[in-house]
Amino acid sequence: MEGVRPFKRLLVANRGEIARRIIRTAKRLGYETVAVYSEADRGAPHVSEADVAVLLGPAPAAESYLDVSRILRAAQISGADALHPGYGFLSENADFARRCVEAGLVFVGPTADTIERMGSKIAAKALMIEHGVPVVPGFHEPGADDARIRAEALALGMPVLLKASAGGGGKGMRVVRAADQLDAAISGARREALSAFADDALLVERYVESPRHIEVQIFGDAHGGLVHLFERECSIQRRHQKIVEESPAPNLAPAVRDAILAAGLRAGRALGYRSAGTVEFVVAPDGAFYFLEVNTRLQVEHPVTEMVTGLDLVALQLAVAEGEPLPFEQQELTSRGHAIECRLYAEDPARDYLPMAGPVLDFTVPAGEGVRVDTGVETGSEVSVHYDPMLAKIITHGATRDEAARRMRRTLARTSVLGLPTNREFLLWLLDDPAWRAGRCTTHFLVERQACYPAEAPESSAQHAAIVATLHRAAERAARRALLPGLPVAWRNNRWRDAQTQWTVFEPWLSSQTEISASYRLLAPGHAKVEVDAAPLDVRFGPLEGRQRWVEIGGLRRVYRIVESLDGIWVFDGRWARRLTEVSPFPAVEATEDLGGCVAPMPGKVLRVLVSATDTVEAGQAVAIVEAMKMEHTLTAPARSVVTAVLVSEGDQVASGAPLVLLEPAVDAETQGSDG
Amino acid sequence: MRVIPTSVRPSSEAFRQRHKAMSALVDTLEAALAEARAGGGPKYIDRHHARGKLVARERIELLLDPDSHFLELMPLAGHGVRGVGTGAGVIGGVGIVEGVECLITASESTLKGGAINEYGLRKSLRLAEIGKANRLPSIHLTESAGADLPNQSKIFVPGGQSFRDITRASAAGVPSVCVVFGNATAGGAYIPGMSDYAVMVEDQAKVFLAGPPLVKMATGEVVDDESLGGAAMHSRVSGVSDYLARDERDAIRLARQIFGHIRWSKAGGPDLQHVEPPAYDPDELLGIASADIRVPFDQREVIARIVDGSRFAEFKAEFGTTLICGWAHLHGYLVGVLANNGILFSESAQKGAQFIQLCNQRGIPLLFLQNITGFMVGREYEQGGIIKHGAKLINAVSNSTVPLFTVMTGASYGAGNYGMAGRAYDPRFLFTWPNHRIAVMGPEQLAGVLDIVKRESAEKSGVPLDEKQLEMMKGVLKMQVEKESDAFYATANLWDDGIVDPRQTRDALGVALSAAATRPVEPTTAWGVFRH
Repeated sequence: MEGVRPFKRLLVANRGEIARRIIRTAKRLGYETVAVYSEADRGAPHVSEADVAVLLGPAPAAESYLDVSRILRAAQISGADALHPGYGFLSENADFARRCVEAGLVFVGPTADTIERMGSKIAAKALMIEHGVPVVPGFHEPGADDARIRAEALALGMPVLLKASAGGGGKGMRVVRAADQLDAAISGARREALSAFADDALLVERYVESPRHIEVQIFGDAHGGLVHLFERECSIQRRHQKIVEESPAPNLAPAVRDAILAAGLRAGRALGYRSAGTVEFVVAPDGAFYFLEVNTRLQVEHPVTEMVTGLDLVALQLAVAEGEPLPFEQQELTSRGHAIECRLYAEDPARDYLPMAGPVLDFTVPAGEGVRVDTGVETGSEVSVHYDPMLAKIITHGATRDEAARRMRRTLARTSVLGLPTNREFLLWLLDDPAWRAGRCTTHFLVERQACYPAEAPESSAQHAAIVATLHRAAERAARRALLPGLPVAWRNNRWRDAQTQWTVFEPWLSSQTEISASYRLLAPGHAKVEVDAAPLDVRFGPLEGRQRWVEIGGLRRVYRIVESLDGIWVFDGRWARRLTEVSPFPAVEATEDLGGCVAPMPGKVLRVLVSATDTVEAGQAVAIVEAMKMEHTLTAPARSVVTAVLVSEGDQVASGAPLVLLEPAVDAETQGSDG
Repeated sequence: MRVIPTSVRPSSEAFRQRHKAMSALVDTLEAALAEARAGGGPKYIDRHHARGKLVARERIELLLDPDSHFLELMPLAGHGVRGVGTGAGVIGGVGIVEGVECLITASESTLKGGAINEYGLRKSLRLAEIGKANRLPSIHLTESAGADLPNQSKIFVPGGQSFRDITRASAAGVPSVCVVFGNATAGGAYIPGMSDYAVMVEDQAKVFLAGPPLVKMATGEVVDDESLGGAAMHSRVSGVSDYLARDERDAIRLARQIFGHIRWSKAGGPDLQHVEPPAYDPDELLGIASADIRVPFDQREVIARIVDGSRFAEFKAEFGTTLICGWAHLHGYLVGVLANNGILFSESAQKGAQFIQLCNQRGIPLLFLQNITGFMVGREYEQGGIIKHGAKLINAVSNSTVPLFTVMTGASYGAGNYGMAGRAYDPRFLFTWPNHRIAVMGPEQLAGVLDIVKRESAEKSGVPLDEKQLEMMKGVLKMQVEKESDAFYATANLWDDGIVDPRQTRDALGVALSAAATRPVEPTTAWGVFRH
């Protein structure tokens, strides 16, 4: 048995929640554990949780978590004799798997050969056809003319999808639903393909309307043993990335389920699959399903399978990697109840899920029955621009889907992630959508429903947050008084008016700001009269306990989490989290220069600088491109201007708000001339 | 120290009656204070706001540290005086700016353009005196049309003291900031001129010895007011201004910034471990004090609602019982308390003098709670030397070097006013309650004395007494004295530093003690000759 044998010391070649999760199981089973980390991750929890940790290199993944030789050297330094790649990074890199084996390490995963075979989509598809696994019917022949494509499309039956052979990114892609639209679609797609890729070759395949994404978890050992661990539904996706997964798939006919699971096993057998793998299918409303790809690694969403089967997939992976056979037969496995996973990301759903980076000022997820939290961050962590911004996975289990969903809603609502925008509110909105509640979502769901987001928070909750922030600050000030601490706060013998404060309230789920003014008077310790928008309220509040303070506003009592940050105060009311910044009653000391669009919108790397000093740029003209979180942000001139200075070079790392290029309004040459 | 026991029964009819009567007086006080807050009235305030300007009270609130205290002094100066206006055109008090407890004065610019009248001048001078006595840094928020010209004769000569006081404070190392929001003409120009730091608001401040009309009259020069005395000119050319503020808020920010670096610290402070609220509800003071000063009340009940934890260490409790003496903490400050609990007898005066000596030896501030109709009179008492014993008390009060604080809780008649640190004895702060009465003696007594004197004189001269005329004279005198001994009349005439709601006595005194602690407390053992 090639590549499997007992080992003692496991290196986890990953970071974040998956590294912690693997370390947890490995330690529980008695293995020694080795973590690896980049310079950005020195303080990360996975580093301190392993027995030993090895520094890989600088923050960029290419120089750390993606650098094969550095990881192999880390294994050598630490004396590791096995390696778990986690997911992402090098987990599906056949060459890496091979080099691990060559270096004498047990690679916890499938064979390099399996990874390689599944790495090629065309080869994978061919193998699946060979083994009776359905694939999306289609036609692809480089030299085919319009008539041939037309004939093949009609043979496939409407609707069909036309794609550029060389394609990607949706260019040259056409969905055709009626035969009489074919000709126009073919010529249009060719034109687009030619201009985008300089190649007008097209392929055509059957278009699956309203598809669902359902995948089968398979598990094999080194002795030919192979089981499936049931299916997962992962139709809720944004930017082709799953955010909500569950098992079992709701509203799936038993016959279809059985057929999909059987197909998953056939795919696994075709590969002689070892370790954990996932066979992904697209499922049509009529129950027809087609192979997409095999993920030759542990999936992000594996916990939902663990919750319904009661298995520890990482423990199984380690056992199989030691050469042990699977400890069960297929018929011994059952799926119990229902499990749902939500991925909590630092991102801005209102701005096309723009990834966010920055400090996590507060991170608490309430514990509860049937709730599992796999997290890579903790209070005080920094979300780096260099890696995936996933903060945590919350997994709930219940006897029924409704119970699991209820627990998920409750847990998410009470999860406090302060300091940066997250998709928490978005997930809560999604879980309340009737289509999701009914278990009838397709992969188009978010595209179709996006317009309905964001959810509106009740206006009173923003006002209450302002009241909490106001009184918290006042109470803190009162506690710090050096003179006359026993005097009533803001004591007057001739009171003209109550103290006033103004807040800019940032609602991260809307990415929007509003202004709220409050006037207040502390009547006694823990008792105040507050007026927001001319409505007077009687407010009582308790002392700050850790980061919490109870506040009773007009008879409604809640526990608030309150965290001070450099740019304001975060208030979480057990449902909505907002940042409130006190508006100074005094004008800013320095006049702020209008730098237009030439300020880095977020931390990132300068990809290109498109202008140089003394250039004249038109309004809207691109001046620089910043890459942050794998996305490119083009910065444009706000008006016709002259470039007075370029402050950065390509490749520079820049902080959020850093000026990149200085502009001055362009002076018209003619006006200048007439002066003399 | 032990908690003072109480015999107050809030459910009793007597308590309810007193509470009702005192509440009515507190309502009168609140109505008068509302007049002070109204400044020049809605019309002028609106006009002021329309020009983008802040009113004086807005300026003060912005200047103060968030949520900090402000003890307004003499808010009812000039109340009821024709042509003056409640507050007399000046707002003054003690507050905290950038952590520095200081004296703040502001021109009430909506009231006759902030013009200075006689009452306003006297108020300003008293504020300066408070600043000097307590070594309080000062901030002047100035916007004044200058002297109220028709009444210039009443203010010109004494007015010079305003400027003298600022520079003497500076010489004594006590800093001053002046922020000019509008006009500061002629003498007014010397307020920024004498201050250590001057801030002027761009396009608003106009500071000159003579405005364009007077310049034209004097020299024939035609000049605009901006180049004559604008903030920009003074900041860039003359150097009269040290800071050019973009607008009013910026000016207040600058004043705060200056106080952030004056490197100021108080000489003393409270003992915080003693700070605790009184054990009894201060609201009960309204049912304890009497609106009718002929009805006595137990000052121990008052002390119990003013001092920390109602704890009081009484001195010589069995001797001279009409003057209560003892020690207590008030907002953490140790004070020696002297409180009238009846007429002053020789023993009470002797006891008071000894107590004052003890506190001066130990450097403990003194708090006088006045409710005094006078020293005991009559042959027995004169022969017992009540004058020499009263003189001991006045000697001790006069030569005290520790800070004195006086609260007039009822009557303040005759030499009792003197022995109990009346205004002439320089208490650092003097507050009154709205029920208080102050005069050489009560109106009844005065009328009675007049009656006797007139009858004796008629008898001597043999001219028959015109009974009708005497009744009329007595009636007029009674009415006049009645009016002139009223607390509101007294405070309007600046005989005190303000009427306080009795329930606020503790906190007003707390601020006063804190302010006084800016200057070191100096003990003394030097006294005038005591006649034994």
